[in-house]
Amino acid sequence: MATRVEVGLKPHLFDARGERVKRQILHAFPQLSPLEKISCLDIYSIDSDGLKGEWLEEAFCDPVIQDISVGSLLRSDFCWYIEIGYKPGVTDNVGNSARYALKLISGKDIPVFSSRAYLLHGSLPRDLVESIAEDCLANELIQHIRVFPVDECPAIEPYIPRVTMLHKAEVETVSLALSDEALLKLSQERTLALTVEELKVIARYLEDREVRAHRRSVGLTETITDVELEALAQTWSEHCKHKIFNADIRYEEQGHITEISSLFSTYIKGSTSEIRRLLGPEDICVSVFTDNAGVIRFNEDYNLVFKVETHNSPSALDPYGGALTGIVGVNRDPFGTGMGSKLIFNTDVFCFASPFYTSELPPKILHPRRIFEGVREGVEHGGNKSGIPTVNGCIVFDERYLGKPLVYCGTAGIMPREVGGEPSHLKKIKPGDRIVMSGGRIGKDGIHGATFSSEELHEASPTSAVQIGDPITQKKLTDFLLKARDLGIYRAITDNGAGGLSSSVGEMATLSGGCTIELDKPPLKYVGLSPWEILLSEAQERMTLAVPEEQVPAFLALSSQMDVESTVIGTFTDSGFFHCTYAGRTVCCLHLDFLHDGLPKMQLTARWNPVIHEDLPTPVPADHAGKLCEMLGRLNICSKEFVIRQYDHEVQGGSVVKPLVGLSCDGPSDAAVIRPLLDSTEGVVVANGIVPRYSDLDTYHMAACALDEALRNYVCVGGNPDRWASLDNFCWCDPVQSEKNPDGEFKLAQLVRANQALSAYTRAFRCPLISGKDSMKNDYIGGDIKISIPPTLLVSVIGRIDDVFTAVTMDVKLPGDLVYVLGRTKRELGGSEYLASLGMTGTVVPEVDAKTALERYRTLHRAISGGLIRAAHDISDGGLAVCLAEMAFAGGFGMEIDLGKISADPGLLDTEILYSETASRIVIEVKPEDASRVEALFGGDAACIGSITPQGRLTIRSQDSSVIIDEDLTALKSAWKATLDF
Amino acid sequence: MTQQIRSLVITGYGTNCEMEMAHACRKAGAAADIVHLSEILSGKYAVADYHFLNLAGGFLDGDDLGSAQVENVRLKYARIKTTGRTLFDEIQAFIGRGMIILGVCNGFQVLVKSGILPGNPLGKRRVSLTFNDSAKFEDRWVRLKVNRESPCIFTRGLESLTVPVRHGEGKFVCDSEETLREITQANLNALSYADASLSPTMEYPCNPNGSAGAIAGICDRSGRIFGLMPHPEAFTHPTNHPSWTRLETLPEKGEGMAIFDNAVQFLTGIL
Repeated sequence: MATRVEVGLKPHLFDARGERVKRQILHAFPQLSPLEKISCLDIYSIDSDGLKGEWLEEAFCDPVIQDISVGSLLRSDFCWYIEIGYKPGVTDNVGNSARYALKLISGKDIPVFSSRAYLLHGSLPRDLVESIAEDCLANELIQHIRVFPVDECPAIEPYIPRVTMLHKAEVETVSLALSDEALLKLSQERTLALTVEELKVIARYLEDREVRAHRRSVGLTETITDVELEALAQTWSEHCKHKIFNADIRYEEQGHITEISSLFSTYIKGSTSEIRRLLGPEDICVSVFTDNAGVIRFNEDYNLVFKVETHNSPSALDPYGGALTGIVGVNRDPFGTGMGSKLIFNTDVFCFASPFYTSELPPKILHPRRIFEGVREGVEHGGNKSGIPTVNGCIVFDERYLGKPLVYCGTAGIMPREVGGEPSHLKKIKPGDRIVMSGGRIGKDGIHGATFSSEELHEASPTSAVQIGDPITQKKLTDFLLKARDLGIYRAITDNGAGGLSSSVGEMATLSGGCTIELDKPPLKYVGLSPWEILLSEAQERMTLAVPEEQVPAFLALSSQMDVESTVIGTFTDSGFFHCTYAGRTVCCLHLDFLHDGLPKMQLTARWNPVIHEDLPTPVPADHAGKLCEMLGRLNICSKEFVIRQYDHEVQGGSVVKPLVGLSCDGPSDAAVIRPLLDSTEGVVVANGIVPRYSDLDTYHMAACALDEALRNYVCVGGNPDRWASLDNFCWCDPVQSEKNPDGEFKLAQLVRANQALSAYTRAFRCPLISGKDSMKNDYIGGDIKISIPPTLLVSVIGRIDDVFTAVTMDVKLPGDLVYVLGRTKRELGGSEYLASLGMTGTVVPEVDAKTALERYRTLHRAISGGLIRAAHDISDGGLAVCLAEMAFAGGFGMEIDLGKISADPGLLDTEILYSETASRIVIEVKPEDASRVEALFGGDAACIGSITPQGRLTIRSQDSSVIIDEDLTALKSAWKATLDF
Repeated sequence: MTQQIRSLVITGYGTNCEMEMAHACRKAGAAADIVHLSEILSGKYAVADYHFLNLAGGFLDGDDLGSAQVENVRLKYARIKTTGRTLFDEIQAFIGRGMIILGVCNGFQVLVKSGILPGNPLGKRRVSLTFNDSAKFEDRWVRLKVNRESPCIFTRGLESLTVPVRHGEGKFVCDSEETLREITQANLNALSYADASLSPTMEYPCNPNGSAGAIAGICDRSGRIFGLMPHPEAFTHPTNHPSWTRLETLPEKGEGMAIFDNAVQFLTGIL
């Protein structure tokens, strides 16, 4: 018998959660008038009876605010009862905590399953109640819904989602002696994401005489085991091997042909090597492209570690779990770099379709508003509960993210340059070191995540690809491992992310020259997992370590003391083999070099045809002030305060420039500054740049502008342009030509061009790339609908500010100060927010002049360091007009601006000056007494266009001196804030 | 020679403000150890060896059963390996010795859920902290009015305090009107959410969560145990303030330091 416990707020208290849920429901079902009230209950279903009432009360009920009922209904004054619990095997953090609490009290270890009940007040038809449950409250991929009318409620049975496994844990062999057609079918049915060619390479490997002889000697046949095939598919996946970035590409541009051997080696790694050589002693790179994250120097004693990842496909299926796993997953990258780093900030960038989308949704696609809210909440829980501040980010909206939202999550860490007298960024493993897995247990979670994300989303995408992270288990793990690091009781560490143990141990094994994993050793969440599933599971919150034999007892003792599960699961060897056993029998034995280097390079063709749009005259608005308000309210420009406030952006105590700044703490900051060492005034600066709209014209300039945007944000707050480094994160639509993807060659050409730009511009800016990531299959296919995202590149920049007291924010500070624009404005409205607001694309995309820009950024840095700049804000989406409005209303003072004084190409319309998105421009505020010094520093690059006024109005005069905008700041700010005031 | 003040900052199981809490203690002149709960339960460290106990912010056990609900169970049921006593026993003895306790955010939630605050009788839960009226976690700076009549030793000499709140479950509620009256009559309500004119307010967002009586923090009758939802340890450096770039001259340190300075000063006086 099982026990069911209901806990609810006392009736006289305001049910804030219920109200919030009601608001969400009314948004999705605006016509729903009879819904009077919703109350929430917490339900605990316990797989046992005979539990004392006082135990349950002590564990689950807060007697000041809650009532509890065991085995009967807590309330009866409602019409409908919706209960939502997790499906079997889905991580249930609340259930796990409940089990732990009950064990502390009673000494009994009994599974507890949590669910949430919603009591609906108001007479609604059953089908509507079911729609509410399905569309607003539950995600049926991972959750189970039960709906009862009030009179059926007394008979509610406890919901116990036990995992039951029918199949036995067996190893199968898989014949590859098949026709091409059968091989393709095999790849698809097992979600291997391997091509026929790749499967044939594996078949040929197995035919090798020496391989066969060796296999016989370890007890394997010449037929591959499922463990081996899955390990190969995972290691060779696009997600892990970056096949497209490493492919041989023949690039054609208007008859001219370039042969490119690996985009990654040529444009990313190659550029960084060149930049490092040029910088010589000024080079800050410590470890690039070799570990889970890039490492740069921070000061004499510390290094910084930074990585940005995406978690797009899982977030499309389960926005909350996908995004939560995205953030806690990327946390493990810097944490698992070198000897391990302490995490100091998160940064998140999301790309969604409009939350106000009203057309019909294609099959299996969640409404963008649900995705938005789920992702937001997942990142909130992942970041806040881990105690890592979310310091910076942005949200980009475009209808083409309807099929696949993009969820970029980045995390930085700090580590002493030496740990135990050894450089902390290096990993060493000796043969004989034991393989230890620490943290969570293994379940079916996320199996095939790596191969799954290497395919487009389709209607039958597997649900086991979704995991739910647990930030607290991970916090316990990181608390433990940082202590273990400082005690010197392990030798190397890496994270278990995509590909699970197969990937983590497989990569670490290259350092010693081999490994043996005993697949019956890792602790499991439930019985019945096959050996290949244990090897590939992407169950969260796990790190893999190399622990010297003599340190194993100390390591395990500390682990157990700190309530973290650690298990020895094998040994690093120098055998040259990736070797796995199960119950004493060999189930996998592959040459390590075949596993890692046996994959043939892809041969691809890219063909660039410039996109020509007709150059139409720029429309001029009849009402400039009205247009500015409309622009400020656009999704890509408007305030994101609703999201930002729900992220803890100042935990750890070192916040210097927050995401919201200004008089009322609501102005949009350009970049973040933090002090990771509380006794020091040295700061870390982080900024992002992303402009996918420009991809519609030319991905070359899109990439250049993304980098430039990140860099100008960075310098605006005071970042040192001689101490910066960047990360690239490409999210593309499938660039491999095929029958279902007829424009693959063009998309590949777009990718080539973005890489060429990144290479040219990182060199010109002397800003090395230190790590990156790519996600290549961001397409959705459902029925006859195909939606591809616009080619999207996120550039994240990290660096330092020598003294945080020199940091600058974007809000205007004092009436009487002067306003300058740095840089010349051109007629570059192609891909601009202004033209987008009119449904146009335009022709002339902004082009970056890196030489002038770098000089400007360095000059600005000198001026900021000298205390000459009171405010600085970059000109980006929405151009000069939006930039000025934001600065003014953030500071609470008006501006008098004269467009005639701006440095612009001849013949520009006022509208074009206001809304052109010419790159590398920055608006600054300067005290009158500093004007001559600032003008001397910048020379002709700085144009004084007006001043700050005590009146709360933004007044802009046209080039012929007539007032074209004279608007109250309150009106401008309201327009900016209203759109996403959820 | 004066005795070195020893402060203990407990961490583990989801606590995450231990570093800045210890930093604030050190900056105020105390020594500070960050100790994992498991190191106390294993007997390696003892609460009895300290003068100033800090319960820092965070998400103990993920707030999974409600904030600090599991921690209350841990305090009262988990046994210290070497002594067989509970953490609650240790804290009770610590209070008996006249030492001081500061609980911030999640630490305040621990103090009320375990009945250490208001502490009459000790161990009985009479007040709680629940979901904000907005049903949202929010990070925003608030202005706090200090109750000058309060026995609280941490807020001595202060009139106001400007620091951030960062919580989803910070709404202060009492089990009855009498309890609220008892708290306000004894001036245990040391801190209130205030508006621009420094008057206690129920208006959002100045009162960010809808707390009864606009209460942001309370102490026990001795004034030595203090819990508050806002984070004084988040404002130790002048650049922590969200509008610091607007000031012509910066203060030497953040306003939140006053709480820690008072704690150390009090202990220096009694030790």
